[in-house]
Amino acid sequence: MATATTQNRSWYRRNEIAVTPWLFLLPGILFFALYVIIPIFQSVWISFHEWDGLGEKTWVGTANYERLLGGDRKFETSFWNNLKWLVLYLLAIPMGLSISLFLNQTVRGIRLYKSLFFFPFVISQVVVGLVFSWFYLPNDGLFDVITGLVGIDIKGGVLGNPNTATYGIIAAGLWPQTAYCMILYLTGLNAVDPEQVEAARLDGAKGLKMLWYVIIPQLKPATFIAFVVTIIGALRSFDFIAVMTNGGPFGSTRVLSFYMFEESLSEFGFRMGYGAAIAVVLFFIMLIFIGYFLWSMYQDEKGVR
Amino acid sequence: MFPKPLEKSSRNWQISYQVLLPLTLIVWLLPLIAVAVFSIKPEADFVNGNYWGLPSSFEFFTNYGKVFFESDMPRYLWNSVLITVPTVIGCIILSSMTGFALGVYKFRGNLLIFFMFIAGNFVPFQILMVPVRDLTLSLNLYDTKLGLILFHVAFQTGFCTLFMRNFIRALPFPLIEAARVEGVREWRIFLFVVLPLMKPALAALAVLIFTFIWNDYFWAIVLTQGPDSQPVTAGITSFNSQFRAAYHLMSAGSIVAALPPVAMFFLMQKHFIAGLTLGAVK
Repeated sequence: MATATTQNRSWYRRNEIAVTPWLFLLPGILFFALYVIIPIFQSVWISFHEWDGLGEKTWVGTANYERLLGGDRKFETSFWNNLKWLVLYLLAIPMGLSISLFLNQTVRGIRLYKSLFFFPFVISQVVVGLVFSWFYLPNDGLFDVITGLVGIDIKGGVLGNPNTATYGIIAAGLWPQTAYCMILYLTGLNAVDPEQVEAARLDGAKGLKMLWYVIIPQLKPATFIAFVVTIIGALRSFDFIAVMTNGGPFGSTRVLSFYMFEESLSEFGFRMGYGAAIAVVLFFIMLIFIGYFLWSMYQDEKGVR
Repeated sequence: MFPKPLEKSSRNWQISYQVLLPLTLIVWLLPLIAVAVFSIKPEADFVNGNYWGLPSSFEFFTNYGKVFFESDMPRYLWNSVLITVPTVIGCIILSSMTGFALGVYKFRGNLLIFFMFIAGNFVPFQILMVPVRDLTLSLNLYDTKLGLILFHVAFQTGFCTLFMRNFIRALPFPLIEAARVEGVREWRIFLFVVLPLMKPALAALAVLIFTFIWNDYFWAIVLTQGPDSQPVTAGITSFNSQFRAAYHLMSAGSIVAALPPVAMFFLMQKHFIAGLTLGAVK
C-alpha cells in the first residue's frame, strides 16, 4: 500500500502540470455539461417526439417541425416579433452612445448622474415591465395622458392594442438596455487616446466628423460587446412579455421564447415535444450569432498568441 | 477628450448644459419617479383618479408596512437571499478553478473548452428548459431552493469562467513561474499566489451574479411554485394578484423587490461597472 501511494505521488508529481488543469476543470465541466450541454442535445431529441412531460414519449419524426414551419400562425407571429425585437433593440446602441457622449464631461456631481442614468439596468426586468405597464395604462397612464395632449388616442391603450403592444414592450426593454450600452461607451470613451483627438482637432476635425472618423473606430471593442449583449438580450426577451401582456392581446406580442414556454408549460397542457421544436428553432437562430461572436473572439485570441 | 470639455465651450452652452443635465435625468427616470410617488400615495388618490398629481397625503409607512406585515413579501425576499447567496458562492468557487485552469495552463483543448463555456452562456434558456425541469424533477428538487441554486451555479459558470480566465490571463505570468521554480505545488500556487491577486475580479463577479440571479424570473417560474421557495421576482406576480389594482401597494412591493440589487450597485459601483464593461477597452 505504502509503495503504491509513493508511486502515485511520484506519478502525479511527474505529471503535475499536465494533470492539474483537468482536476481544476473537472467540477466546472461536469456541472456545466449536466445542466447546459447535455440538455441542448436532449431538447433536440425531445423535439422529435410527442410528450406531455409525464408519460411515455412517442416518436413522431419531423412532424413537430412540419407543423411548426408549415403554417403555424402563432409561430409566424412569434418569429416576426423576434425580428422586430432584434432590429429595434439595436437602437439601444446609438442611444447609449448619445447619452454617454452627453455625460462625458467633468462637472460637479457627474458621477452621480452617470450612476442614476445607469440604474434602470440594475432593476429586474419584471419590475421594469410592471412599471411600464402602469405607465401605459389606458386613460390613467402617464403615457396616455401625454399622448392625449397632442391628440393621439391609442384604442385600448398601448398594450391593449395589437398594433402597438409589441412596440410598447420593446420600448420598455430599450430602457435598461440603453443604460447598459451607455455604461459600455462611457468606459470606452475614457480610454480614447487624447493625443489623437487633439491631433485631429488641429487638423480641423470636429463634431460628427470627429465622432465618425476618430472616436467611433476607437470605441470598437465597446461596440462589439454592446452588439453581443443587445442581440442576446433581444432574443432572450421573455420577462417583459410575460409580465406586461402575457402574450396578448390576441397573441400579438408572442415571441419564440414565450411561445415555447406557453406550449410546454401552460394551462393549455404540456406539449413538451412541440415546445422543444420551437426551442430548437430559436437555438439555431441564436447559433448564427453565437458562431459570429466566437469567430471574432477566436481572431482576437490568435492575435495574442 | 471627446466631446469638447465644457470649460473650453462657450458660456451659453455651459449654462444650458447645467440646466439640461437634471432635466434629461428627470425625463429618463420618469417611470421610476412615477412609481416612487405611487408608492407613497393613499388609496383614495387612485379611487378619485388622482394618478399623476401630488399625493394628497403621505402614506409611506402605511403602504410599506402593509407590504412587510400583511403579505408574503418578506418570505419571498428571504427566499431570494437564500437562493442568491449560495449561487454567488458556488459560482465563484467553480469559476475561479476553471478560470485558473484555462488561464494558466497550455494544453490541447484549452481553447475548445473555453469556447464551450462561452457558447453555453449564450444559448436561449428555452432549449434547456424541458430537460432541466425534468432533471430537477427526477432529483426530487422541483420547487426547492436547492434545485434552482444548482441550475444557476451551473449556468453562470459559463459567464464566470469567461470573466475569470480573461482576468487571470492579464496577471503577470512570471509570478507563477517563479513560484514553480521555488517548487511550490500547483494547487498552492492557485491558493496563495493567484487567488489573492483575483480579489477585484471576485468582487466584481459577486455583485454581477448577485444582480443576475436576484433578477431572474424565467427559471424561478419554471423550477419553483408557491411561497415556500419562489424568489421575489416570481412572488411579485402573486403579490400583485393579491392586491389587484391597488397601485399604491403594488408600487411599494415592486420597489422593495427591486431594492437589494440597487443597493448592491450603489455600494459596490466600482466593481460592478468594472465587471460589466470587461473587454470594452482593449
